[in-house]
Amino acid sequence: MPRLAVVATRMAFLQLGFGATLGAIILTTKAMGIWPTSWAWLPAHIESLVIGWLVQLAFGVAFWILPRIGGQRPQAGFAWLAIVSLNLGVLLSGLSPLLLAAPWPVLAGRMLSVIGVAAFALHAWPRVKVAGLPG
Amino acid sequence: MPRLTRWFVRSALVNMLVGMSLGVVLVARPYFDSPGWLSAAAPTYLHLITVGWLSQLIFGVGHWMFPKSSREFPRGDERLMWLVFGALNLGLVMRLIGEPLLGAGERTLAGPILAASAWLQWLAVAGFLLNTWDRVKER
Repeated sequence: MPRLAVVATRMAFLQLGFGATLGAIILTTKAMGIWPTSWAWLPAHIESLVIGWLVQLAFGVAFWILPRIGGQRPQAGFAWLAIVSLNLGVLLSGLSPLLLAAPWPVLAGRMLSVIGVAAFALHAWPRVKVAGLPG
Repeated sequence: MPRLTRWFVRSALVNMLVGMSLGVVLVARPYFDSPGWLSAAAPTYLHLITVGWLSQLIFGVGHWMFPKSSREFPRGDERLMWLVFGALNLGLVMRLIGEPLLGAGERTLAGPILAASAWLQWLAVAGFLLNTWDRVKER
């Protein structure tokens, strides 16, 4: 696996572990009525599992297996930007409701996630082609 | 395709079918005399799709396709991954039972079922990460 795919996949694994832990605590609270403040972690649970786990894993695996161009994965900088931006976005939009009352960090987090998705699309677009043929 | 991957993928397909069917029943509630506890199944619908279908499919295909762990144990600890499969699916079934029970006000019965469901799914995730982390590597 190329380095970026390793980093993205392992970051997705960390997000999965984090999101699943929050989910287990929240469901236990729902079931048993303990730790009632854990409901505040629900946005972080959703962001980390949907964006941090599922979307990021798709990015990592796509970077690895999409057809290469001339044996290379060109414009990898966009893919790196995507991974950094996506993780910062998930952190900001998931965790900031716990720390700040203002809505702007959630908005900023979502915008960072969009930048990440756009950057990954820019990277992947030319690689979506018939393998072995020029784009 | 390894035997365990076939179990993961087929179970993922069943979860998707059950989840999508539950989704239909949930939006059809205004059209029939639906019991009150049915509304409590909405979170289960989302988790059958995201955990039972998407994540389980990833677990199964990842077990098959990620770089080999070693020559002796190419897919890591197979027994651990069978436990992951069992814990994940048992956890999901318990959630499918527990959420409507909780919605029906049966907290004494539903509480332990849902708490066990939560931590069985968590154990499945932990087992998958433990077995797969080292397989994600440069080569």
